[in-house]
Amino acid sequence: MDYFFTEEQKMIRDLARQIAEEKIVPVRAELDEKEEFPREIMEVLAQSDMFGIFVPEEYGGLGMGALELCIAVEELSRACLGISTSYAANALGTYPILLFGTEEQKKKYLPDIAAGRKLVAFALTEPNAGSDAAGIQTTAKKEGDYYILNGLKQWITNAGEADIYTVIAITDRAKGARGASAFIVEKGMEGFSFGKKEKKMGIRASVTRELIFENCKVPKENILGREGMGFIVAMRTLDQSRIGVGAQGVGVAQGAFEEALKFAKQRVQFGKPIISFQAVQHILADMAIQIEAARSLVYSVARYIDSGAKDISKVSAMAKVFATDVAMKVTTDAVQVMGGAGYMREYPVEKMMRDAKILQIYEGTNQIQRNIIGQALIKEATKLTG
Amino acid sequence: MRIIVCVKQVPDTAEVKINPETNTLIREGVSSIINPYDMHAIEAGLQLKEKKGGTVTVITMGPPQAEEALREAISMGVDEAVLLTDRAFAGADTLATSRTLAGAIRKLGFDIVICGKQAIDGDTAQVGPEVAEFLGIPHVAYVKKIEEITEEKIVLYRMMEEGYDVVEAPLPLLITVVKELNVPRLPSLKGKMRAKKAEIKRFTHKDIGIEEDRVGLRGSPTQVKNIFAPERKKERKILQGSPEEQVEWLIEELKKLKCI
Amino acid sequence: MRIVVDKQLCTGCESCIESCPYDAIVMEDDKAFINEYCQLCRNCLSVCPEGAIKEIEDIYDREPPDVGEFRGVWVFAEQREGRLADVSLELLGVGRRLAETRSTDLTAVLFGATDREAQELIKWGADRVLHAEDPLFEYFNDDPYVHLLSRLIQEQKPEIVLAGATAIGRSFFPRVAARLRTGLTADCTGLEIDPETGNLLQIRPAFGGNIMATIVCPRHRPQMATVRPRVMKKGRYDETRKGEILKVPTDGLSSRTRVIQTVKEETGVSVNLQEVDVIVSGGRGVGGPEGFKMLQELASLLGGAVGASRAAVDEGWIPYSHQVGQTGKTVCPKLYIACGISGAVQHLVGMQSSDTIVAINKNPDAPIFNVADFGIIGDLKEIVPLLIKKLKELKGQ
Repeated sequence: MDYFFTEEQKMIRDLARQIAEEKIVPVRAELDEKEEFPREIMEVLAQSDMFGIFVPEEYGGLGMGALELCIAVEELSRACLGISTSYAANALGTYPILLFGTEEQKKKYLPDIAAGRKLVAFALTEPNAGSDAAGIQTTAKKEGDYYILNGLKQWITNAGEADIYTVIAITDRAKGARGASAFIVEKGMEGFSFGKKEKKMGIRASVTRELIFENCKVPKENILGREGMGFIVAMRTLDQSRIGVGAQGVGVAQGAFEEALKFAKQRVQFGKPIISFQAVQHILADMAIQIEAARSLVYSVARYIDSGAKDISKVSAMAKVFATDVAMKVTTDAVQVMGGAGYMREYPVEKMMRDAKILQIYEGTNQIQRNIIGQALIKEATKLTG
Repeated sequence: MRIIVCVKQVPDTAEVKINPETNTLIREGVSSIINPYDMHAIEAGLQLKEKKGGTVTVITMGPPQAEEALREAISMGVDEAVLLTDRAFAGADTLATSRTLAGAIRKLGFDIVICGKQAIDGDTAQVGPEVAEFLGIPHVAYVKKIEEITEEKIVLYRMMEEGYDVVEAPLPLLITVVKELNVPRLPSLKGKMRAKKAEIKRFTHKDIGIEEDRVGLRGSPTQVKNIFAPERKKERKILQGSPEEQVEWLIEELKKLKCI
Repeated sequence: MRIVVDKQLCTGCESCIESCPYDAIVMEDDKAFINEYCQLCRNCLSVCPEGAIKEIEDIYDREPPDVGEFRGVWVFAEQREGRLADVSLELLGVGRRLAETRSTDLTAVLFGATDREAQELIKWGADRVLHAEDPLFEYFNDDPYVHLLSRLIQEQKPEIVLAGATAIGRSFFPRVAARLRTGLTADCTGLEIDPETGNLLQIRPAFGGNIMATIVCPRHRPQMATVRPRVMKKGRYDETRKGEILKVPTDGLSSRTRVIQTVKEETGVSVNLQEVDVIVSGGRGVGGPEGFKMLQELASLLGGAVGASRAAVDEGWIPYSHQVGQTGKTVCPKLYIACGISGAVQHLVGMQSSDTIVAINKNPDAPIFNVADFGIIGDLKEIVPLLIKKLKELKGQ
């Protein structure tokens, strides 16, 4: 289906697809097997300007928006969700600077990020704070020209590989959610180290690690926004980035669907290709319907975000939930269509199914997303009934 | 450093098949690409520029459509592109092509000229050395590594049948490169956007100061007399019978021919 | 000569468009137009239902060719480290035939090496040898080769000059042609004399070997070609053959490039493939690396080596060094057994001059049968084990 992309959008799609097919597909199984961070692919993405898509032109980027980022993410996800996670997590970590950074902070960090010279990570989750952001234990105490950070961040994508971290910590516990602040922490700062590397079910080409802050000294000019805005920084960031997870869902579903389709055409049973059996056709048809519906929703919401709309929480949550539930369903069905072959590591769909699961979990579980939608609905209902 | 890269737009021969019944090429869906060896030449040019500074200019001779190939090269990062296009260039063989390219290169100025080792449609590997001859500069063919380069000289590995030669050559120089030299980069988004708008210079035979009867078909000593499908052997025998019989028969036939 | 569309006759039916292998026919103002891609292959001439596509003569065609004073066939005898390259002997084989057809002499040109190699060239069929000895020829550099060969050609005016399509031949020979402003045809797999015109017909694969083209160089001399190694048969070796060895002066030679070092690299199997008498080769039909083990067993029984088509190499079943064909090795063993190879032209050009070709393939329409002396239509997984069994019986194992 034609989504009426502009010339630039088509360029992004074509180049991301070329990178996916020429550079990612040949190595994805090995990266998954070895649980290896795709450093070389990141270099290719950097050199192709992929990291600059959503960064304004004055900071060396291409000055584009959510839709363009979604197009790139979708194409990369079609080949490997692990790699697209490393790529998308970079955007997630960059949004706090884009949305709340001062001119000095933007000038200092964005050009390197846009050029792919520096990778970024976003650090919110902790052992006792995930879906419940208010449970954050990491503290930041102001001492002279520095904030002193102490605590532990958990399951941080790109940890260890990234050079720049946007970290949420508590500056005033008494104020609860309004006592959190966001900081830019650089790799190599005193008292900042990394903990164990997680072993994951899927997206194993991305790295997930702990951040350890032990009296970590962060210059006071590295605070994002004002003290107490940390929770808002985190929520606005997630509102912005959530659609990218939806795009990941569309991409991985598309990749799995294409594998299943090819297989069904070639695989002969009872003297016929299995695609000629209606039982198989119906599964494929349902897969195709769901993918197209998810894609339409993701693109529509991305365009809505790019229009400058403010009330994006609900719709971006809807797109995330729908597209990632589709991803899980479609990748599972792809394994089913391919039967034994689908279950074997020789074919890529078992990996896609393992990978897809994370989409329903990270950047706010799909249950939390439904909460967001539910709360928005309550507000709307109040308006209706007065 | 003034770096010139010569490229050719070719049909993707991997896709070209022949129809055995009509003896014609099946061209349906065959796309045009930059000759794969020339991609390595472009990469070599870009790497030299990154190391030594200067500009990379890519040139091609062909019909107006060949502009696509030049825009692709720009999207990879070359600075400038020149299209040699002229009805008079039609039907050029390697000699006329080389004379034409050399005319343009001389006009542009150069320190080093880089070509792919051969084009996959013709597989002649002649244009590079012939261009060097027309320019009156030395060349080194089949370069697989650039070991060292200074303002005056360059040290290269030249592929030979049984290994390689380490060759020292002065600048200006022409080299033809093989796949082992590098991995061509992908285009960048900024490069693609620049490529869309970039102005492509066009040269005709007049611009390069070569008379009409020295280019194209009229300037070509060789001509294609005909093309044909590879012929089939007449006297082949298809062995009949059960697998056991076929195998025994084959062994008998091979014995007769003293193959076994 | 040119090929043009008569706009009066053209109805714009577009039936000629597909006939052009070079994409040279385009539609302009609803009429066909032949653009600069045209290579004069004449494929389109018979296609037009209206007869609108015509061959017309250029004024240039009527210029009398100035080719009469050129006589004799030359082959460039390549040596590396003082050893004659095999292709030089193959060139003498084809050169001998051409010289006889043209009732003329066969000359070998040798740069470097010694008298002994010059004598060898005579025994392999040369009537005379132009031999240049100079320390500059110890390593290969283009300049002295180009300079001296061009000078000799200008002085002595041979009508045909051949070289091997090797790293050396393909590097310096084009410069000689350019310096002499004559034509050069690369990588020929066949050379004949046109009985009507006496011109050299130079046959070579084009489009990655999908099609063959005959090239001529009618109005320029010498006619120059490089010849693909291992395609032509060597000449007949005659111990008693006599000929003339002329020493060539090497004054005024110099080189702008300098070889600092030559490095040998182990090529292993590939060298082996070009030397063995029997090759058992496998393609996509072999089905996987295990299938190649079976072919190895057969090859060992026959005292040969294992080859492969590009498809099998691309699948990763066997290393590239085993690949036979356009982008692999050209081989001509006494016996070539092609198992599960469909026979893309790219493969065929690399093996079709083998003495005896056996093809085993399930598909009776596979093009490999076109070049095979013996064909077995069947499953190689059935045939090959049987063949192994029978051969073992024969050997009394």
